Amino acid sequence: MELSRIEKLVEKYLKAETTLQEENTLKNYFIGGNVAPHLQEYEYMFSYFTIAKEEVLEKPIVIKKKTTFQRNIFRLSIAASFALLFSVFLGYNQYQRYQAEKKFAEVSKGLELLSTTLKKGENAVAGLYTYEKAVNKILD
Amino acid sequence: MTESEFLKSVIPFKDKVFRLAKRLLVSTEEAEDATQELYFKLWRNKSKIADYKNVEAFAMTMTKNYCYDRLKSKQASNLTLVHSNYKEKDTSLEKKVEQRDSVSKVHELIEQLPEQQKLIIQMRDIEQYEFDEICEMTGMKPTAVRVALSRARKTIREQLLKTHQYGVI
Repeated sequence: MELSRIEKLVEKYLKAETTLQEENTLKNYFIGGNVAPHLQEYEYMFSYFTIAKEEVLEKPIVIKKKTTFQRNIFRLSIAASFALLFSVFLGYNQYQRYQAEKKFAEVSKGLELLSTTLKKGENAVAGLYTYEKAVNKILD
Repeated sequence: MTESEFLKSVIPFKDKVFRLAKRLLVSTEEAEDATQELYFKLWRNKSKIADYKNVEAFAMTMTKNYCYDRLKSKQASNLTLVHSNYKEKDTSLEKKVEQRDSVSKVHELIEQLPEQQKLIIQMRDIEQYEFDEICEMTGMKPTAVRVALSRARKTIREQLLKTHQYGVI
């Protein structure tokens, strides 16, 4: 690489007018050794840039942040909602049964009332019969 | 988006995220934590990732903003980042840098630059992003990017020359 071209590129580099390609040309020249003494400082700069790009993240990245506690909460909430659903279902059944029993009790009470009243009537009729019998005896 | 698809799209630039975070936050541990935190954020926003044409640029912007916020909250709590504040891990980089004092001097000089110049030097000279990518990631105008970059490069060079003239490295 001719020195004059490097010098021109360095000028452009300082003005931030170089393209990435030109910067790579500079980089290759400066890290390749054989740097002209008056351009020494660029060797340090480009060496540092090259080394700095080699640094890597050594810790592995963990994506799932959900802890076991959070996962348990999730499971518990599902279980709880099922339990709630089931108990509502059971409660509804129980209520229906209670309502049916209440109706049955009312109906049977009504029927009982009817039957006692009927019995009274029957007794009265029975009384009538005895009266009729007595009258017939006398007439005969 | 499944986990493997997500990882495939975001893992390739994890080192760039880490290096940018380290450039801005200085310490390795903080940069590691920041990278981890950013990947959680990306994972939580994974539905939006598909909408971005350039996921990497989006991630770098997030990194930049996150680090600036961290730095701000540090200043607010009166904690300044100075060298004695943390213990640097002995990474391979540090060892290599130590072999060459002048090269490690560049690291120090970048550390002393204003935040914005640090950011742009990192993106251009180290990560080698194109100018339009840098504009997208920083939200700056092309001329502003070039001005900041030019200033940063000139400062580093002048400071290097100065230390050499005085023979102190």
